[in-house]
Amino acid sequence: MRKTAKLISTATSAVILLGCLTLAPATSVVAASAVEDGKKLAFNRKKGNCLACHAIKGGKLAGNIGPPLISMKARFPDKAKMRAQIWDSTRSNPNTMMPPFGRHKILSESDINKITEYIYTL
Amino acid sequence: MKKLLLIITTLSFIIGIPATGMASPSDDLTAFRAYFKNKFPNVAQDDYINGIYALDAERRAAWKEFEDFAPPYEDAAPYGKSLFNKPFKNGKTYASCFENNGIGIRQNYPRFNSKTGKIVTLEGAINACRKSNGEKKLGWKKGKIAAISAYMASTSNGKRINVKIPNDPRALKIYERGKSHFYAKRGQLNFSCADCHVFGAGSSARANLLSPALGHVTHFPVWRKKWAKGKSGPTAGLGTIQRRYGGCNKQVRAKPFKAQKAEYNALEYFHAYMSNGLLVNSPGLRQ
Ligand code: HEC
Ligand code: HEC
Repeated sequence: MRKTAKLISTATSAVILLGCLTLAPATSVVAASAVEDGKKLAFNRKKGNCLACHAIKGGKLAGNIGPPLISMKARFPDKAKMRAQIWDSTRSNPNTMMPPFGRHKILSESDINKITEYIYTL
Repeated sequence: MKKLLLIITTLSFIIGIPATGMASPSDDLTAFRAYFKNKFPNVAQDDYINGIYALDAERRAAWKEFEDFAPPYEDAAPYGKSLFNKPFKNGKTYASCFENNGIGIRQNYPRFNSKTGKIVTLEGAINACRKSNGEKKLGWKKGKIAAISAYMASTSNGKRINVKIPNDPRALKIYERGKSHFYAKRGQLNFSCADCHVFGAGSSARANLLSPALGHVTHFPVWRKKWAKGKSGPTAGLGTIQRRYGGCNKQVRAKPFKAQKAEYNALEYFHAYMSNGLLVNSPGLRQ
């Protein structure tokens, strides 16, 4: 435990250090574009097509098979759990109508990462 | 654990729920109707023949208007009638192959043939008739066969679907196969027919309202605007129920099965039986 604390503090100082070397703005640009890409992937009928079932802010002609995707941080304090829901929805509910996007390779791992980043902003 | 199972089994005996998945077809039918009755208490059982229009008044009004002013399928059944009455090269007609000369019999199909142990769909019987009269088979899913089927079905309008599952293990096995197809998840997107047309009925996938499976078969062959797009002629938008199965399998990125082979015939047998008691209203009009 102490060891991890130490590790974290080392990591943090490293980030701060690196930040001073102007790397921090670069990473946030990456994150912003992941969110943008994630939105495109989520709305694209040939990709996530999440709108088929979920109302999402800014999305048109949304279906209502699944719950509206709002307040995601409150519903999933743990982002990894939300990603797991997208990766294989049948783990939490074998009868769900939501397709198992990762398990059935409907989307690539990197696409799922981007969609997760985007959905988590909702 | 064993004890628990025993208790469950006895309990289900007492309250009359079969303990295994092998409920009798008539129990399945009762449960199927009850499910929809509970889900849509305001929809009368006889109204399920109208698909999504039984659920949505606004869409129903637009549909009615379209039907009244520009029924695009108007020529399909008359064209089918002319084909039906046109003699084969040997001078006989389709009427010679069917009971009651083929009039008012749609509601009995698909049926189990106890001689062959197989299912006969109406389209199957039409092509079998051609074959036995030395004519070439027609394509299965659209065109002339759909027109003939639509004409024959139209002579059953007002009669109630009456598919029989005889107490023959071969018939029951086919019924179970169709039922499994209906409830099994398939395709990359992992949907069962029941996901969309039982559990999801009344919900929307994007802007598509999902119809209840109860009443699905009554108005087939159906005329779809989507199928008619860019085509003309009396059969442009017409398709059989098995054409529709292929489309719904493709939507979930599953490979469709061949029309009029064992898998879809079993599915049609189960699917049609689930609409027993509902009125034939063919050809129908859908998006
Ligand atoms: C065909 C329907 C369908 C599609 C497409 C679909 N979902 Fe779902 N989703 C559902 C349903 C239904 C639920 C409710 C949970 C359940 O069924 O177990 C759900 C639940 C969720 C949840 C959990 C919500 C909560 O609060 O528990 C998340 C997150 C989610 N979906 C994200 C997505 C994303 C992202 C996509 C697209 C990449 C997507 N879904 C596509 C039907 C769908
Ligand atoms: C992902 C959703 C989905 C799945 C899975 C699905 N369908 Fe459909 N189906 C639709 C949609 C959307 C329509 C058009 C709207 C409507 O009538 O329900 C439709 C229409 C139909 C119709 C025509 C209804 C009418 O009134 O004319 C039939 C019959 C049908 N489906 C049967 C099936 C069968 C059988 C299966 C399984 C092999 C199946 N569907 C699987 C979405 C689906």
